[in-house]
Amino acid sequence: MRIRVNPNLCQGHNRCFSLAPELFEVDEFGLATAVNDGQVPPGMEEKAQLCIDNCPEFAISVIDEPQ
Amino acid sequence: MPDDIKTDDIKPARQGAAKPQPAADAQCPVDDWATDYDVMDAGYTRDPGPVWDELRERCPVAHTTRWGGSFMPTRYNDIQELAKMVPTLSSRTVTVIPPDPDLREELIAELKAYGTENPPITADPPEHSPFKRLILPFFSPRAVAGYTQMTENLCNSLLDQLEGRETCDGAVEYAQQIPPRVIAFILGIDMARADEFTEWTRELLELGQTQPRLRQEARHKIRDFFFEEIADRRANRREDVISQLVDAEVEGEKLSDQKIAGICNLLLVAGIDTTWSSIGSALYHFSTHADDRRRIAAEPDLLPTAVEELLRFYSPVTMARKVMEEIEFQGAEMKPGDKVLMTFPAANRDPSVFDRPNEVVIDRQQNRHIAFGTGIHRCAGSNLARMELQVALRLWFERFPDFELTSEDGVTWAGGQVRGPRNVPIRLLV
Repeated sequence: MRIRVNPNLCQGHNRCFSLAPELFEVDEFGLATAVNDGQVPPGMEEKAQLCIDNCPEFAISVIDEPQ
Repeated sequence: MPDDIKTDDIKPARQGAAKPQPAADAQCPVDDWATDYDVMDAGYTRDPGPVWDELRERCPVAHTTRWGGSFMPTRYNDIQELAKMVPTLSSRTVTVIPPDPDLREELIAELKAYGTENPPITADPPEHSPFKRLILPFFSPRAVAGYTQMTENLCNSLLDQLEGRETCDGAVEYAQQIPPRVIAFILGIDMARADEFTEWTRELLELGQTQPRLRQEARHKIRDFFFEEIADRRANRREDVISQLVDAEVEGEKLSDQKIAGICNLLLVAGIDTTWSSIGSALYHFSTHADDRRRIAAEPDLLPTAVEELLRFYSPVTMARKVMEEIEFQGAEMKPGDKVLMTFPAANRDPSVFDRPNEVVIDRQQNRHIAFGTGIHRCAGSNLARMELQVALRLWFERFPDFELTSEDGVTWAGGQVRGPRNVPIRLLV
């Protein structure tokens, strides 16, 4: 599974970073990016989906479905 | 959240448009919420859910002429869309209850002497972004982590004072005491004056809604206070936010005292009665819902999830936008100068987005709430508010896992711009 944060939509709510600091990093403005080029480690797919479902800006999306 | 005005916003009311008439607006009961809602109605303030449910089905954008007139959207998707309709919907005025047109001449004089902008909250693009980027680093996750220890010490000292007591007021003696001291710590202003900061904020955002004179005086007190602080920092820099603002540049230029005072005003008042309302609402909830209280006492790790659900259900903040060009939205015809409420609390109860929206589901996992707004004006202090809520509740539960409301009649609610309980009488059980 691979995910992406759309930088044009992210407003720095940090919901993703709070839920899964393993999957995201945020800059000093709170803007998020997915770590490891968005690759979600095996077993963390559900957590990634939770981040997608909690983003108030609909900024996170799946770019490669889980195999 | 400031009380903001710009010169052309205090022109006499548009022909035929309503102006706020506190006495009349407050006394006449509402017959039809779709065409005559009253954001200051006591029953609505206590429990707004049924009104939003009705309006979502019927309108879904309601209108009123009370309190200067406004539109009220109630659906999640509509509020998401409206919040992003920038700059057609401008942030130049964000107050739910507008200034009293009778004070127009004085307000214009005040504008010149003090400046009344509070960027970035009152700014539209392109001015908005540099000011937002100026203040966001003060509230990044890393910065907020640096305020946690201070917040823990503060909460513990407040809880020490409640030890051995049978009853207390959770809103007054705990929730209210936390945010003004934390923001004073961050700004670098005298924490011992926290009660004054709270008083000013209430005069500006709560009591001042129906007492324009009080609101005006509060505005002066806050600006005068910060003008002195800024002069002091210009002479002696310190390790605080005001000193950083004195040295900051926006678009290559240093900021005027008026601009810095406006930003400081925003940072001071925006985090006080909002976070106080959220902590108070949480204590109210747990003191009236024993199952949820026992669950958190037994599973403190659930608290971050619970905090998001409490933010959704008890969302404190409603903002406003000013219509800059004519638009039709979901059947509502909005004209330049009209006001549109950003009813984030109503969005967060929309059944098309949230299962069982009118219940607190304390372990709700999927929770795309917009209590901190959405779009470019997302609350800059959201990380700070979350940290304060989590620390305040975690330490309260460690000290007093068992408590209940002493009387529902003793609970009072403030509403309008910021909704939350101002008194929560609690019995501390041992």
